[in-house]
Amino acid sequence: MTKYETVIGLEIHAELQTASKMFCGCSADYASAPAANTNICPVCTALPGAMPVINARAVEQAVLVGMALNCTINPHNTFARKNYFYPDLPKGYQISQYELPIASEGWMDVPADLGEGTQRIRIRRAHLEEDTAKTFHRGDHALIDYNRAGVPLLEIVTEPDFRTVEAALAYATNVRAILRYLGVNSGDMEKGVLRFEANVSVRPIGSDELRTRTEIKNLNSFRALTRASAYEVERQIKLYESGGEVVQETLGWDEARGVTVSQRSKEHAHDYRYFPEPDLPPLQLAESFIESFRAHLPELPEAKTQRFLRDYGLKLQDAALLASERSLADYFEAVTAQTKDSAKVVCNWLTGEFMRQINDRALSVDSIPIPAAHLAQLIDLAFDKTVSGNTAKSVLVEMFQSGRAPKDIVEAQGLGQISNEGVLKEMVIKLIADNPKEVASYLGGKETLLQWFMGQVARATKGKADPQAVKQLLLDEFEKLRK
Amino acid sequence: MELSSLTLRSAQEMLRSKQISSVELTQAMLDRIRKIDPQIQAYVTVTEDVALEQARRADERLATSENVTPLTGIPFGVKDCLSTKGVRTTCSSKILENYVPQYNATVIDKLADSGAVMLGKHNMDEFGMGSSCENSAYFPTRNPWDLTRVPGGSSGGSAAAAAAGLGLFSIGEDTGGSVRMPAGFCNVTGLKPTYGRVSRYGLIALASSFDSIGPMAREVYDVAAVTEAIAGLDKRDSTSSTLPVPQYTQSLGKSVKGMKLGIPKEYFVAGMEAGVESAIHKAIQQFEALGMEIHEVSLPHTKYGLPVYYLILFAEASANLARFDGTRFGLSVRDGAEDVIDVYLRTRAAGFGDEVKRRIMLGAYTLSAGYYDAYYLKAQKVRTLLRQDFEQAFEQVDALIAPTCPTTAFKIGEKTADPLEMYLSDIYVTATNPAGIPSLAVPCGFSQGMPVGMQLMGKHFNEETLFQIGHAYQQVTDWHKQLPPLG
Amino acid sequence: MTQIIDTKTVKHVAFLVRMGISDGEAQSFSQQFSAIIDFFNLLNEVDTHDTPPATQVIHANMVLREDAAQPSMPREDFLKNAPESEEGYVKVSTVLGEE
Ligand SMILES: [Zn+2]
Repeated sequence: MTKYETVIGLEIHAELQTASKMFCGCSADYASAPAANTNICPVCTALPGAMPVINARAVEQAVLVGMALNCTINPHNTFARKNYFYPDLPKGYQISQYELPIASEGWMDVPADLGEGTQRIRIRRAHLEEDTAKTFHRGDHALIDYNRAGVPLLEIVTEPDFRTVEAALAYATNVRAILRYLGVNSGDMEKGVLRFEANVSVRPIGSDELRTRTEIKNLNSFRALTRASAYEVERQIKLYESGGEVVQETLGWDEARGVTVSQRSKEHAHDYRYFPEPDLPPLQLAESFIESFRAHLPELPEAKTQRFLRDYGLKLQDAALLASERSLADYFEAVTAQTKDSAKVVCNWLTGEFMRQINDRALSVDSIPIPAAHLAQLIDLAFDKTVSGNTAKSVLVEMFQSGRAPKDIVEAQGLGQISNEGVLKEMVIKLIADNPKEVASYLGGKETLLQWFMGQVARATKGKADPQAVKQLLLDEFEKLRK
Repeated sequence: MELSSLTLRSAQEMLRSKQISSVELTQAMLDRIRKIDPQIQAYVTVTEDVALEQARRADERLATSENVTPLTGIPFGVKDCLSTKGVRTTCSSKILENYVPQYNATVIDKLADSGAVMLGKHNMDEFGMGSSCENSAYFPTRNPWDLTRVPGGSSGGSAAAAAAGLGLFSIGEDTGGSVRMPAGFCNVTGLKPTYGRVSRYGLIALASSFDSIGPMAREVYDVAAVTEAIAGLDKRDSTSSTLPVPQYTQSLGKSVKGMKLGIPKEYFVAGMEAGVESAIHKAIQQFEALGMEIHEVSLPHTKYGLPVYYLILFAEASANLARFDGTRFGLSVRDGAEDVIDVYLRTRAAGFGDEVKRRIMLGAYTLSAGYYDAYYLKAQKVRTLLRQDFEQAFEQVDALIAPTCPTTAFKIGEKTADPLEMYLSDIYVTATNPAGIPSLAVPCGFSQGMPVGMQLMGKHFNEETLFQIGHAYQQVTDWHKQLPPLG
Repeated sequence: MTQIIDTKTVKHVAFLVRMGISDGEAQSFSQQFSAIIDFFNLLNEVDTHDTPPATQVIHANMVLREDAAQPSMPREDFLKNAPESEEGYVKVSTVLGEE
């Protein structure tokens, strides 16, 4: 029986985080608009006679993303009209980049399908365009809000280079991380600021043909992306195996039923009739302008991961996790710089109890409520054995709750660890004197009783005794008795 | 006060010397519109209240002599394709019959700032599509020189109003001769400025890469004064030029002696009405008498100008007119429609006239899959050649002269049956728009009682030269002073 | 050679631009379109092999817009022109095939 291979290409539509819209001065922050149609002007509602003017910041952000995705930035790029009728498209055309996009021919490495190494995904282009209005369907009619109309979008298109759904997911995740690193997109999928479109086909393994593909539009989450793509791959394989043919069509994803659905309607018989936008001269970017952005380009997740491996000796998984979010990576480095303990210990804290607190409290790594200096102080308290590991964890919880500094919490609650050797030695001598039977038993060879002795000290000190110190003292005393 | 022969310049002097107030002048104009316009029908909307209010404010400025510009207190009318806040703007189309914009075109704002007084909105061929003003969805405008004839188009209402003294200047719009051709038919002076010289923001687009807003008036001085007021960079129009605007009226009066005038030989071929040809030749002799050197030049791609123009126009217009879909403004035919697509189909069927439908559909056809290269792209390539023709000609001469139309104004109904024949009346005026160069239409005589116009074409952003030549001509001729025989 | 734009093509194009036309109109448009397209075919005799297409006539220095948010225009005025509105939204008939 024929074995099939997956062929996927991805389009990512990312809203850019500008103050104003792509071609007019209306606020682009439609999510915070007080009501429908309150961020509008003649341009974005396509009143007769209104004309577009390009938002300089959107161009800058597109250049940054293009660079981050290893694209060529085109010094001469143009806008075009993409013509079609739909209630959410006020002008009857979308201004988009067609023939000459702002960025082209980039790439990104993702983990290879099997085992070690990476696979290079070719990025065909990244181009600027404008978002549509929001349509709300209400039975026999629909309501339109133009607040989103004209918000800048960057569309990033790959070649059909993904051979697994996992590779597509890895790429999409990376792109999201990069957009967040550059501060050009919040990555907030629930708000629809990132939308995916997957072009899916399958072919017999070993063949290099490109078979008929289907386009799954409007995938609004990673989960939808992976489920819809996987479903579509299976559907197409079954179709071929039962002697059928795949029809080129646009599909939607029915999240509830877990199936792709055809969107075949007379609306989708498109002939976009692209032609150059006569209201906008070609966008000319001086070489010096483009180059000035290379300096603005921050260290990106991949490079940061490599540096964390190299400089801090972290494990790959941990380094990648910390580097996945710029704010988290910055926090990690700030704490590491301020603590006496090692980067690895900081990493353990961050990926362990700290992350659990963040997640449990539904906090974002963008707004960590604990100053790096406080976490560094806590780690130092544990490092100095002022508090035990377990106590430190409960102090952390208290820090999240109250926002107070760890030293204050430890002092106020008397949580300091007893590592004063004099005090502990006294307790140990008394303990041995009070329990001759257990001592005899221990010395007779039942060495597991050591734990019992330590437990007694822990109970007496309410856990504040440094266990390592107690253990050493006990061993020393037993040794004396043996002699 | 003889309103019919009043020029902008003489009105200016009367206002400044307080011989008349702007309110008096405006009221007299409104009365004249009421009396004369029913036979001409140049106006679609008369804005009496706006006009009198603006006139009152102009009088305050004039009284204190503060902030007085050459246009303060001067009444004018504007082609109904410029967006006017609070004033119905129709493009002479049914689809916009009840549309009241909530913003002003930049040119309207500039005129308001200068203190000019808006009398109303002029009739036109629907969305600027036509050469006779017969394509208005409301009524045809008539030529003040002969009410059985057309005023030309598409700025027919604007030309007729300026000719009949129903406003001291008109703001027209020229996509492919729409200012110059009717200016010639009606015996007024009109400018199609360089593309990018005057902001298009708020101009309801026909062909975005051709559209040029330009003034029409009795004489070159008036046109120069208005151009000065409306030209300049506009941050809301990305195609408007950053070049500074010269003080056009100050260059008037300079001698044209030794300047070179080119006669494009391809324009003087068969098909021109004899009276038109002789009027143009007399004008050329006049320029020679003024000391200009006359040279024959060649614009070899002239015969391709018309197809290039119409192809690109259809394509751009097909997209520009997509927004008229009955959703946010204008006509919407919803009764009986099964869904929103059906509303689009019905609204656009009912709202657009035949010529508009033809052009939108042909534009879509030439842009559609498989035809783009053969039509749209080909036209843009030949457009490059057209432009090079002019560049080469302007290496030899300062300006070119040609008629504005092969004939004088034709009869109403004469050419409506055959769209292609109507297109051919634009043969001399269309090539300038794909090239983007400025062109000034100037009255230059009569043929069988009807006015003949010539156009002077110049280099990009060289309106000054055209004004200088046109003004020199009007100093030694009085064609522009001839008035239509109105009651 | 005369290029024929048949009524089927006319109807297809009419739908592309959402223009409702009758059979009779399709018939007369078909004839007119064929004549006009034939006229356009005059351009075929020009050799444009080495000629770039014109895009913008005049090379103006395009001024980009600084990214600063401006106040919105009044919603009431906007909705005044809308054929139908509801709760601050523009209202349209629904799109078939959509929920
Ligand atoms: Zn806006």
